[in-house]
Amino acid sequence: MKINWFKYAAPMNFYSLAGKLIPFFWIAAIAFTLLGLYWGFFKTADVLNDQKQYYRIIYVHVASAWMAMWLYAVMVFWAALGLIFNTRLSYMMASATAITGANMTLIALITGAIWGKTSWGTWWDWDPKLTTFLILLFIYMGYLALQSAIDDTRRSDKASALLALVGLAIVPVIYFAVNCPDPNECASLHQESSLKRVEANILIGMLVTTLGFWMYSFAVILMRVRNIILDRERKTSWVSKLKEINQ
Amino acid sequence: MLSAFWIVLKRDLLLALRRRNEVFTVLFFFIVVISLFPLGVGVEEKILTKIAPGIVWIAALLASTLALDRLFSSDFEDGTLEQLLLTPHSLSVMVFAKIVAHWLLTGLPLVLIAPLVGLLYQIPVDSIAVMMLVLLLGTPVLSMIGAIGAALTLGLRGGGVLLSFLVLPLYIPVLVYGAGAISASMAQGVSIQPYLLLLSAFMILSLIFAPWATAAALKISIE
Repeated sequence: MKINWFKYAAPMNFYSLAGKLIPFFWIAAIAFTLLGLYWGFFKTADVLNDQKQYYRIIYVHVASAWMAMWLYAVMVFWAALGLIFNTRLSYMMASATAITGANMTLIALITGAIWGKTSWGTWWDWDPKLTTFLILLFIYMGYLALQSAIDDTRRSDKASALLALVGLAIVPVIYFAVNCPDPNECASLHQESSLKRVEANILIGMLVTTLGFWMYSFAVILMRVRNIILDRERKTSWVSKLKEINQ
Repeated sequence: MLSAFWIVLKRDLLLALRRRNEVFTVLFFFIVVISLFPLGVGVEEKILTKIAPGIVWIAALLASTLALDRLFSSDFEDGTLEQLLLTPHSLSVMVFAKIVAHWLLTGLPLVLIAPLVGLLYQIPVDSIAVMMLVLLLGTPVLSMIGAIGAALTLGLRGGGVLLSFLVLPLYIPVLVYGAGAISASMAQGVSIQPYLLLLSAFMILSLIFAPWATAAALKISIE
């Protein structure tokens, strides 16, 4: 059987597909998030080493931080696909992803600040991981700012896609630069992320919550893409025939 | 190809020499920023020497973004840029020439004025030499990365502020290692070689990729 991979590259076909998928992603998002948080709040130890109850913010903090980084990769993927195949839908996906990615970065920063206040005794520290996330937020913001500053859709799509690629090239360098400002010796306050050190019970909660956040991202990104499609294709005949438009 | 490079370079330098005030504006901006810091944080010698590396670099970053706005905009407004795009020569090469000219006019003066900054902040002579060296290695990277941003924001309303917002975060590696090298040179028994190697690596990488990315961005902006 020959599959037509490009069928859903057409905004018209993707619009209806996305509409059918969104409810499933919402159900999965709510189910996994609630399950992960329930597990994290009631099925894990009350006290973890010298950390008290407040360590439980880890379930939101880690999940949002992982999603923030992952969504940047997803955004770059769509931006690159757009530049290579010149498909309009890819650019729409990239810009829809960017907003959720920026939100996740912000959530990771805020929950991190709260956790930092309780655990380290300070809201903010110029630590490599914190600094990198702040810069990630700047780069997401730059992408969104460039996109909204250009009125012409074609140019704004392509220019922001190129910026996303440049960001991808430089972000790892920034990460190493802030991680190791003195190349003669390197040190940091934020512990290394190593899943091996995390208790299995807590890890389950973290992974399930992350899955929930991921499904949430799918749902919101698809909803946002549907809005972008409607906005850009509002003059076409297929949009004017839609049930939800003619109500 | 080489002749296209030289012609564009010569033209840009000639144009700048006819309007010298633009070059001096950037230079004086740098000096003004440098001299404002002691007035803000106090004139204690220990503090000044400690913060000098960071201040020099931040002033250089700001001066560099300030000058970027003009890299392509005047050529864009009078149509020269479109003519350059129409020529059979490689756009990356001509863009590279423009970036080199831009660096000679805005980056190199900062390197040459660095000893004055060293005197204002009471930096030891050896460290002044290091400061000039790292500025020499780092400012071309600023021009290279900045050129991509300048091409992307070409002709936009409020492009100047947007441009700074886009490129300043991307300058961070240069800032970290550039300022780090100067601080290391003032400390005892710390090698500055790793800093210099990293900065050189940034310069080589940006020399390879930035003209190409800038050319792609210009095509997107003008099409």
